[in-house]
Amino acid sequence: MDEFSAAASLAFTLLAKADPTLVDIVLRSLRVSLSALAIAGSIGLLLAALLTVTRFTGRTLLIIGINAAMGLPPVVVGLAVYLLLSRAGPLGDWGLLFSPTAMVIAQVVLLTPLICGLARQTLEDAWREYGELFASLGLNHFRALCTLLVETRYSLLTTLLAGFGRAISEVGAVLIVGGNIAHVTRVMTTTIAMETSRGNLALALALGFILILLALIINAGVFITREIAQRQGG
Amino acid sequence: MARESILPLRCEGLSFRVGDLTLLQEVSFTLGQTGVTAVLGPNGAGKTLLLKLCHGLLAPSAGHLQWRYRPADLRMRQAMVFQKPILLRRSVAANIEYVLRVRGMSRAESDARTHEMLRLTGLAEFAARPARALSGGEQQRLALARAWATAPDVLFLDEPGANLDPAAARAVEELICTIAASGTKVVLATHDLAQARRTAQDVLFLHRGRLRAAGAATDFFASPPDETAAAFLRGELYW
Ligand SMILES: Nc1ncnc2c1ncn2[C@@H]1O[C@H](COP(=O)(O)OP(=O)(O)OP(=O)(O)O)[C@@H](O)[C@H]1O
Ligand SMILES: [Mg+2]
Repeated sequence: MDEFSAAASLAFTLLAKADPTLVDIVLRSLRVSLSALAIAGSIGLLLAALLTVTRFTGRTLLIIGINAAMGLPPVVVGLAVYLLLSRAGPLGDWGLLFSPTAMVIAQVVLLTPLICGLARQTLEDAWREYGELFASLGLNHFRALCTLLVETRYSLLTTLLAGFGRAISEVGAVLIVGGNIAHVTRVMTTTIAMETSRGNLALALALGFILILLALIINAGVFITREIAQRQGG
Repeated sequence: MARESILPLRCEGLSFRVGDLTLLQEVSFTLGQTGVTAVLGPNGAGKTLLLKLCHGLLAPSAGHLQWRYRPADLRMRQAMVFQKPILLRRSVAANIEYVLRVRGMSRAESDARTHEMLRLTGLAEFAARPARALSGGEQQRLALARAWATAPDVLFLDEPGANLDPAAARAVEELICTIAASGTKVVLATHDLAQARRTAQDVLFLHRGRLRAAGAATDFFASPPDETAAAFLRGELYW
């Protein structure tokens, strides 16, 4: 217990004086996960939109595949991306292994199905609801989709927040493909895992607080989004 | 309005089947350019299906529809108010503005038109409210205002009187007459006989997917041409 309180007070000191190592790690975490969110969000939403308005052979199979991939274990994704990017792998020539880019790639693989799966469900429900109105107004698919995206903006935003939450708190994939190299690929979750196993609790705790804080902020974001949506009659 | 109406619409032998169910069978009639035509019939007679076929939301299994001519924007010359209003998750005014903007109207024009529509449907004080928070009757009036805002050649109304209190029902009937007087053809599906009597010049009477009577409203109500129609008027015809 003594050890814990000592670590906690040291953690607060680190936070209070914005320790450079700490800041470096937090910023890298945010950079990696926000990049992954931007890419996975774009691909996921676009794919979801296409799956909503088009019918082609293999569509159902694709949807089943995406839904199944929504809960991929991060370590498995990490392993797959590792094999892809390792020297002997098909993309080995790119020399990306153990770089932040590799971590972004792994998180994109992790997030895209999650975002696409949730967004498709949202869009498809809305499509069923509005389809006749759009047809009656003589809208083309593009126009109808744009309206659909606007109509469901709050649900989609919630989906993106959920995706970010998954990325920022994930440790398995970034550890495998990033390698937890100091000042290069070290992020919050990998640092917590490492420092804890070394018995170096202060930094781990400080990062833990920040992660929890981020989780709270994301949840508040989801909550506020819902509130606004409800006020607008969503 | 200088542009020419797409009406009259001639429907010949329209049938609509789902699987081996025949929901509409060989329905033939002509919709004139003006006035109000009531589509009457008990629940499940096929009124909604007939409106959707005319509007082009459903394709007939047999038969064909012949508009006077077919402009590229045929669908945009028509409007439909659904039995259950489909409103966008935005304000009352924004719902109307949306359809006007889709039609390419400028912001200033659409603002003016929106306010006129809201005033005519008694919704002016609700302009800024979320559309989906309106009561059932208010939602129906909004859907009507939105459909009429585009000044269509023909307006299909599916049970616009349901959910309305007596005063609102009256107001909507007056509105229907105003719309018809403005040159828009109104096709009104309803099982409210009083409403049809007060608004319609022509009647199409459906029963179990068949057109049992078609003609002038006064004749239809004075001497129903068909036994099922007579029973319907006496309130004795069930589905
Ligand atoms: N897609 C469908 N599949 C099977 N049956 C259908 C389908 N659509 C409509 N029906 C049936 O067709 C019949 C006519 O439906 P419709 O909605 O046109 O009735 P309606 O005259 O509008 O009735 P109401 O007054 O209750 O609105 C009903 O019995 C309905 O159950
Ligand atoms: Mg109906």
